[in-house]
Amino acid sequence: MNIHEYQAKELFLAHGIPVPPGRVASTADEAHAIARELGGTVVVKAQVHSGGRGKAGGVKLAANPQEARAKAEAILKLQIQGLPVRKVLVAPALDIAHEYYLGIVLDRAEGLPLIMVSREGGIEIEEVAREKPEALFRHHFHPVIGLREFEARELATSIEPDQKVARQIAAILRKLCRAYVALDATLVEINPLVLTPGGDVVALDAKVNLDDNALFRHPELEAMRDPDTETDQDRQARELGLSFIKLEGTIGCVVNGAGLAMATMDLVKHFGGEPANFLDIGGSSDPRKVVTAIRIITQDPQVRAILFNIFGGITRCDDVARGLVQGIQETKVELPIVIRLVGTNEKEGREILRGVPGLTAAETMDEAVQKVIELGGAA
Amino acid sequence: MSILIDRSTRLVVQGITGRDGSFHARAMKEYGTQVVAGVTPGKGGQNLDGIPIFDRVSDAVRETGANTSVIYVPPPFAADAILEAAHASIRLVVAITEGIPVMDVVPVMKEVQAMGVRVIGPNCPGLISPGLSKVGILPGEIHLPGPVGVVSRSGTLTYEMVYQLTRSGIGQSTCIGIGGDPVIGTRFLDVLQLFEADPDTKAVVMIGEIGGTAEEEAARYVKESMTKPVVGFIAGRTAPPGKRMGHAGAIISSGRGTAEEKIAALEAAGIPVARIPSEVGPLVQRALDRGRG
Repeated sequence: MNIHEYQAKELFLAHGIPVPPGRVASTADEAHAIARELGGTVVVKAQVHSGGRGKAGGVKLAANPQEARAKAEAILKLQIQGLPVRKVLVAPALDIAHEYYLGIVLDRAEGLPLIMVSREGGIEIEEVAREKPEALFRHHFHPVIGLREFEARELATSIEPDQKVARQIAAILRKLCRAYVALDATLVEINPLVLTPGGDVVALDAKVNLDDNALFRHPELEAMRDPDTETDQDRQARELGLSFIKLEGTIGCVVNGAGLAMATMDLVKHFGGEPANFLDIGGSSDPRKVVTAIRIITQDPQVRAILFNIFGGITRCDDVARGLVQGIQETKVELPIVIRLVGTNEKEGREILRGVPGLTAAETMDEAVQKVIELGGAA
Repeated sequence: MSILIDRSTRLVVQGITGRDGSFHARAMKEYGTQVVAGVTPGKGGQNLDGIPIFDRVSDAVRETGANTSVIYVPPPFAADAILEAAHASIRLVVAITEGIPVMDVVPVMKEVQAMGVRVIGPNCPGLISPGLSKVGILPGEIHLPGPVGVVSRSGTLTYEMVYQLTRSGIGQSTCIGIGGDPVIGTRFLDVLQLFEADPDTKAVVMIGEIGGTAEEEAARYVKESMTKPVVGFIAGRTAPPGKRMGHAGAIISSGRGTAEEKIAALEAAGIPVARIPSEVGPLVQRALDRGRG
């Protein structure tokens, strides 16, 4: 799950990482009030889950509260990479002596969190890695041990020779590592971390991505989910534990297992169709998941035919069949459905589907995909 | 022959009283796996179709000589269950559970590595040596004993490939799903090394997907050190970037981990890559024929 910058900054603050004061506004009037309270020049920042906010006109300076109102009004009308801006963060504009980069990601190959720091902040870290790899310093840490003081000092000194400043960076690094573990984050990033002319080090921006699998033990983080960032279909899928990603095509796909679901989409494309979605009904067998899957897919007006590709393992074909029958009854779906059912309890599943109208059975994956494209039309 | 599991495998099922645990304990026993024990804390002394249930893995090992464990424990407790098995002298732990927080898995993998215990998964379908033993949730009836090793990050896509191999009369030595999570105990590279060393495996099918660089790492090994032919498939050519495609590990992040990159890496290592699943069988047949000739 992604959270907004203002939420990430609240979490940073709770972990003792210095962030500039500031508050979030959903209207231009609120932005005006916050700017007046803060005094001086402020920065108004769009709160959306996307990079490139600055380039899209989502980050503006305002010299006074009136200007803050006008900028907020304009930003709140923006769509950034297809996402509507519903909130802005209003914070004092800081004078900047230097910008650094601090980030922690999961290094899959090493199986450990990886800290990355650079003296080159304020630009995308991928760009630093490409253009100036010598300016990027990396260090793994064990989540139970954490980042030790000497390691933090080592890293901080490699990006800032002045020890007075480096000490502050080292302290922030250790807190950032603790936050990464405590929050069950998959990514935390401060870009930029800034040094002010007064010698203070502050997180000017904040990015936190959270491990969806760990949200069950973080109700306070689950509460940060922004309903505006997900569609009705996304929400239904999430609540029943389905993995659903909407695409632009016409062939609705219901598959069990992520790998097979991807391969099914790839095959639809290969045979000249366009998949309408990625949908993995997951590992366990629950007929309600199938019903929800049909409901979600039939809510997409572009869908012209539905393909079920089920290979039973932990998923039992009879459960899927029961869900399919129930789903057809509940949604009164009239679209052609092609179903291919193999594996655990396959015979029982086929028995349940015998005589259900509107269903076309297929033996192989190639046959199923070709049939559904025939019924739903190629792209 | 086979890798990792065979007739000598003595299995303890952790989480045997749950819906999935009990269903698949029965299915494994039916397939011929020696399911010698189950573990559910608080249910010790009971039994499932004659399989004795214990409170602790250590009891199960002492009483039944279990040497392999399979885990169907719910996500909040699954990482701990892996460690319990490792500390009870189990040498091979197969973690089926999907949805374990990655921060739980990271320290567990470091600890079991140091102990010399092999973990497969988590978030995996397990493994099967056709005709000998199956540990996990794979449907046994689609498999056929034979010379091809199969390794995959996916569950059901593996079944799909195996089903097609079996229908073309190509049997398998061992089929193993290594799991769809970002941090897993056994990687492509580890399994390829085992297949390379197994005298009865003549060719290998490697089924990868978007996200991470494990396929690239495996391709380097194939090019430099592997003598047996490998056939590849990569899922996710139509996956949009930045979206988690079901598996926690299946995500293209910052433009890295795309199917195209992986296919290119495999082909550069001399591994033929099937464009669609039904091409895998013919490619494997060709590799086997060449091996014989």
